[in-house]
Amino acid sequence: MKRFFVWFALVSLVLAGAVSYFASSDPDGLDFVTEEHGIAEHAQDHPLADGPFADYALGGDDRFTGLAGVVGVVLTLAVAGGLFWLLRKRSPSAK
Amino acid sequence: MTVSEPVAMHMSDGLLNAPTSLLFVAVAVVGVGVALAKARGDLDDRTAPMAGLVAAFVFATQMLNFPVLPGVSGHLLGGALAAILVGPWVGALCVTIVLVVQSLFFADGGVTALGANVTNMALIGTAVGYLTAVALRGLAKRGKGGLALVSFLSALVNTVLASFGFVVEYAIGGAGGVSFGTVATAVLGVHVLIGIGEGLITAATVSAVAVARPDLVYLLRGVPQKLELKA
Repeated sequence: MKRFFVWFALVSLVLAGAVSYFASSDPDGLDFVTEEHGIAEHAQDHPLADGPFADYALGGDDRFTGLAGVVGVVLTLAVAGGLFWLLRKRSPSAK
Repeated sequence: MTVSEPVAMHMSDGLLNAPTSLLFVAVAVVGVGVALAKARGDLDDRTAPMAGLVAAFVFATQMLNFPVLPGVSGHLLGGALAAILVGPWVGALCVTIVLVVQSLFFADGGVTALGANVTNMALIGTAVGYLTAVALRGLAKRGKGGLALVSFLSALVNTVLASFGFVVEYAIGGAGGVSFGTVATAVLGVHVLIGIGEGLITAATVSAVAVARPDLVYLLRGVPQKLELKA
């Protein structure tokens, strides 16, 4: 049981930490359409655009995309795992 | 010259006017509230860690833009994937957490647009993906091929209808005055292609989990797994 969870976590870390370097940098479908039709020019700068990990980089440096990805996976796992662990039904035997 | 790095199918701030953004913040709050209330029934000592890992996997996979047309990419949204693995309520929360983390830590997806983005990807995408999977559950229970096909189709429906959420929101209060027909045609057309990619990733992921741990696939609950999923 534990082994599967470890593998699942490792896959996510490798995808975000390494495979992410091979992701397409072309605009995605929504960005493409909004740019083509002049909608995107109404977009405002993100209020947190100067944050350390903005745009999956470290201080704007794309070479650290993998690090940003690993941080994101760990953060998501901590937030989601923590919330779900608190929400879960306690088994009658435990506690 | 572009305002933001092209990274995700997430609306930036400013594409929708303030009242529309607020309307969908309200929709998202209500939807996520319902999911929070319902999720508890699907979470126990075994599924809670799985759900956390599903959220982390969705975050990772959303970083992986794949090409769909020259100069255009797409990425997984993850609602159908999460719903098939951990159920619709927990799945909606998984995608919501991913979107919040992306917006607040990676400046990916606007902050006032978060309501609309959650509505589209976490609520609409997860709901329609799950409903599609449930409608086809008989096929999914027949074996590996059926499960993969159902996962593919659920994810395709999830992507296309999540993108239709944007079309509706833009029609209600979008900037720039582009006609409904133009936006709908362009957005839906490209998201059918992205949905095929989402379908392939979802089918591969669900299949891999079903081989390793069929008991952790929410859609297969109640199936005598050892009998049906071998071979």
